[in-house]
Amino acid sequence: MNKIFWPVLLALTVSACSTTGGKEATVEDRTGSGTAATTPAAGAESTGVSGAGVAGSALPGDAGDPRKDPASPLSKRSVHFDFDSYVVKDEYRPMLEAHAGYLAAKRDARVILQGNADERGSREYNLALGQKRAEAVRKALAVLGVSDAQMEAISFGEEKPRNEADTEEAYAENRRTDVVYGDE
Amino acid sequence: MLRAVLLFPLLCLALLCAPFSARAAMEIQVIGGAANKIAVAMVPFQAASGQPAPALSQIAGDDLERSGRFRRVGLEGAPQPVAPAQVDYSVWRGKGADALVIGQVAALPGGRFEVRFYLLDVIKHTQLAGYSYNISAGQWRATAHQIADIIYERLTGTRGAFSSRIAYVQKQGKRYELKVADADGQNPRTVVRSGESVISPRFSPDGSRLVYVSFEDRKPVVYVQSLKDGSRRKVAAFKGSNSAPAWAPDGRRLAVVLTRDAASQIYLINADGSGLARLTRGGNLDTEPVFSPDGKTLYFTSDRGGSAQIYQMAVSGGEPRRVSFSGSYNVSPAVSPDGKSLAYINRDEGRFRVVLHDLATGQIRVLTDTARDESPSFAPNGQAVLYATVLGGRGILGTVSLDGQTRARLSESGVDAREPAWGP
Repeated sequence: MNKIFWPVLLALTVSACSTTGGKEATVEDRTGSGTAATTPAAGAESTGVSGAGVAGSALPGDAGDPRKDPASPLSKRSVHFDFDSYVVKDEYRPMLEAHAGYLAAKRDARVILQGNADERGSREYNLALGQKRAEAVRKALAVLGVSDAQMEAISFGEEKPRNEADTEEAYAENRRTDVVYGDE
Repeated sequence: MLRAVLLFPLLCLALLCAPFSARAAMEIQVIGGAANKIAVAMVPFQAASGQPAPALSQIAGDDLERSGRFRRVGLEGAPQPVAPAQVDYSVWRGKGADALVIGQVAALPGGRFEVRFYLLDVIKHTQLAGYSYNISAGQWRATAHQIADIIYERLTGTRGAFSSRIAYVQKQGKRYELKVADADGQNPRTVVRSGESVISPRFSPDGSRLVYVSFEDRKPVVYVQSLKDGSRRKVAAFKGSNSAPAWAPDGRRLAVVLTRDAASQIYLINADGSGLARLTRGGNLDTEPVFSPDGKTLYFTSDRGGSAQIYQMAVSGGEPRRVSFSGSYNVSPAVSPDGKSLAYINRDEGRFRVVLHDLATGQIRVLTDTARDESPSFAPNGQAVLYATVLGGRGILGTVSLDGQTRARLSESGVDAREPAWGP
């Protein structure tokens, strides 16, 4: 019985742990510590306990991080696409140039390009369509000089819709690529 | 007789998962059926003395009716024989029965039971089958499905698929569970729980493993999991997305879709994650590969012609050939066990429906009347297709016979079911 029990328990535990981080992946919600993806509670709990005497060093995500500054184009993270289109529109050029500049200046920074699709049709086909959107942004950044080693294009397909409604507006909102940094 | 070796670990798994999973099973609703159904009288099996009546004939009868090829004959006022010598065939002929099923249960030492059953031809007055099973108290359903398989095979000439299993993903709120259940949706067991999506489960050809795509690593990764002990490993976790796994008929290799080198392309990889080889090349999107039963051909979905269509190519390589031509969206191919037809999803005027494509004639038949169908897969005997659809805003599973005349819906209130796969 034990032989059977442990692998199952382990599998369940592993999936439970790793999925906690996955849920935190929404770009716009990130205000705390950059390590939140792996240890979600750490950032929140460490403030306000030890008093003013403790010296703190700024973590990525604090006010000094230009990626979190609403005035900076680096705070813009979503590239939306027209229906059945995989072309990055001109309006996203300033945003992508800003990210390319940031990545060129910080060679240890990594960026994940998360493609998404609307919910109509096959999940696997939509996964591949989301990948095309992620790939389009990856290529645009490559043209702007970002090295391949700093980028990973992946797809969530229709599995993580930002808008779960069954409307054309929701579909449009879900046809996009999000730019997410590795330390976020 | 029963697959005791296979069943035992699964039961253990079910026990383990019991605290985590709602054990509610799906409800079945059958619609339509063949014009000429075989009339079967299913006499309730005589219980062992002092034991409750087993549901054997009820479960087997439900199986047969769900296939659309049988109807049950009313038993009002008829005697209830338990052995062939006791049968008065004129009574059953008078009730319009073509066949009669009788049986009995005896208690054995150690809490086990012996189940005997006979299938009799009412017209010829002959015995068509007679079997005895030595079972544990946890094997009533499995025994009933085996009895249904024998009845189905003797009376139709095609082997039954009632003892097979299905896998599907249930979504409740933000929780995802990959489940394995009997083909009738009963006896569900949770094999993966996650806070992120799981898609594309597929049984290995021997039914001992599942391959699936999990998003728990913040990207799609392909896992192979043993159904015997629950252990699992990542077989494809390359840079980029890893998805759309399909077993080769030998159970040793998988086709997967990776984006590590370029756009979504099809690769072959050993089931242990070794021996990666790229199969399709180009800047187009290739996905949803599936092997022909002889393992020589792959069918897959591609946008290389400007719209989503089904293509085929030799596993040894070469130029893909387009297979589907009707409409601008044909996806998710499944190959019939005899390799002669494909089931896939066709979009027509905004409706996504399951179609059956005869590969020899090119003839296409729409099998369903719903609008949001996905993920078709064939029964192991090739007589029905399992698929997901949306009804009343909720994901449900459905089966449809190949003539489109019999449909069954499997649903559980309050939960979404999706991504079904029919296994051995």
